[in-house]
Amino acid sequence: MRLEGHGLTIGYADHVVGRGLDVALNTGEVLALLGPNGGGKTTLLKTLLGLLTPKAGEVRLDGKPLGDYSIRERARVVAYVPQVHVGTFAFSVETVVLMGRTAHGSLFSQPSTHDRDVSHASLERFGIAHLAQRPYTMISGGERQLVLLARALAQEPQFVVLDEPTASLDFGNQGKVLAEIGALAKSGHGVLFTTHDPNHALRAADRAYLLRDGTRIADGPVDEVLNRTQLEELYRAPVERLTDTATGAVAFLPG
Amino acid sequence: MCGEVMNRSALPGLAIATGVLIAGLLLAFTVGRYPVSLGELMSVLLAKLSGGRADVAPAVESVILQVRGPRVLAAVLVGSALAVAGTAFQGLFRNPLVSPDILGASSGAALGAVIGIFFSLGIVAIQGFAFIGGLVAVGAVYAIGSAVRSRDPILVLVLTGVVVGALLGAGVGLVKYLADPYNQLPAMTFWLLGSLSATGVPDLLPLFGPVALGTAVLIALRWRMNAMSLPEEEARALGIATGPLRVAIVAAATLTTSASVATAGIIGWVGLVVPHLARSLVGPDFARLLPTAAILGGGYLLLIDTLARTMAEVEIPLGILTAVVGTPFFIWLLASMQRNWS
Repeated sequence: MRLEGHGLTIGYADHVVGRGLDVALNTGEVLALLGPNGGGKTTLLKTLLGLLTPKAGEVRLDGKPLGDYSIRERARVVAYVPQVHVGTFAFSVETVVLMGRTAHGSLFSQPSTHDRDVSHASLERFGIAHLAQRPYTMISGGERQLVLLARALAQEPQFVVLDEPTASLDFGNQGKVLAEIGALAKSGHGVLFTTHDPNHALRAADRAYLLRDGTRIADGPVDEVLNRTQLEELYRAPVERLTDTATGAVAFLPG
Repeated sequence: MCGEVMNRSALPGLAIATGVLIAGLLLAFTVGRYPVSLGELMSVLLAKLSGGRADVAPAVESVILQVRGPRVLAAVLVGSALAVAGTAFQGLFRNPLVSPDILGASSGAALGAVIGIFFSLGIVAIQGFAFIGGLVAVGAVYAIGSAVRSRDPILVLVLTGVVVGALLGAGVGLVKYLADPYNQLPAMTFWLLGSLSATGVPDLLPLFGPVALGTAVLIALRWRMNAMSLPEEEARALGIATGPLRVAIVAAATLTTSASVATAGIIGWVGLVVPHLARSLVGPDFARLLPTAAILGGGYLLLIDTLARTMAEVEIPLGILTAVVGTPFFIWLLASMQRNWS
């Protein structure tokens, strides 16, 4: 299956953020969206999710215009993992993950036994089943990110779209979330995530999409697209490239 | 009612709420200028249920069935209605500090009622005016709020409610200024302070219908209301058509608020205080929270109303007592929430 945007002009009611954007995500692959602040990453992400309507061009899901899907049908194919937030109300972790089942029920329905089984399996997969009865507001930032991932998986989607999944996490949890992103692709999901760190794209993504001032600078396999010249152009800042002599792994340092 | 979600941890909270309601019922029937014993109360109620005759003085039976009965039922319904509406609005606006009157329901109903009194209409017409005033005010707030394009529709809606509420308040002031100071002005003042003292049997059906309908709609939507308390885009990404659902929730909560304001006048704070107490009993899951808030709200207002008619020689307006309890509660809430806002 494929989630794709053709000739997208993206933005809000009063201003345009980006023009002429083509982007495609297949199931089983990870695409990283990179670019400076204000470059249009989040706007493109929300347009692909159907939360914003493109001002021109079209988003297609499995060949059909995204607008032809009902909001419920869409949520059964594409899941959204927002930036980690602290909710207003202290819902239990179990309830938060169960909310991922909303699109599988009707307007007046309550979660079924099957919904509970799916949610529990999702919690198990991310190793957080022991948190099920804890309030979502009382767990750590890393745990919250995993809960939101578990909720997305409980939607049983084909695609998972994540907004800066590593932004507020400590070093160890960043690695954990990147590993889970890779695992999602291995289990057949298409994953799109935004990040400020090119190293996270190198670590978890198959392809990278570089976006500056609403224009695509590059789109291709990470080891081709993510090089010093390209990153210096993207961020308009000097970048240093490091290579691990033992493994050959590459990393970038800012400045 | 919602067996699957009611796990063990919800039951103690629900039991406490029910206990408060039962205590409120017993107190409200027995305490007052004409004391009634528990035995007399039981025999009258049993006789009424079985269709037989109670073995008590006729005056006691009349106090229980004609005087206190309608007032007790009205207090339970009004308290439930305000608590359920407050619970819904707090979830919908993702803010535990809002109350049912946030969208102008109370101020609209107040203007409707004082206009009714100004034209010397009967009590039913006054209630009808109050009811329509509340619905029209919320409809106007909603129309204006939707017309203003913004990335934060919730904030726009709440601010529009504050602004329209202020305008309606000015309208109430104008009508009071023009009113006959000897006949109409006192009636308006008492109505605006909130009271159940004039409630009789004919008031019960117009109160029960809208309150039951609005509460039933909200309880039917209880699972969706959990996801509705998430940020707008998140709720939509979970598969919820947030626009139509928000209209349904606002309409149902406004219906219960307007009906209770039309019967009892302006009784503030119940819709703010009770949802918090209910949340501390059973947690934020609306499947448990809505029934608990409904039961607890009924008991809470019943206790306050009993206090209102027994603590002094003259009856104290309900709105004043709920404010005396509610204001310190609100300040405490504000202080204890500070850390979450930083």
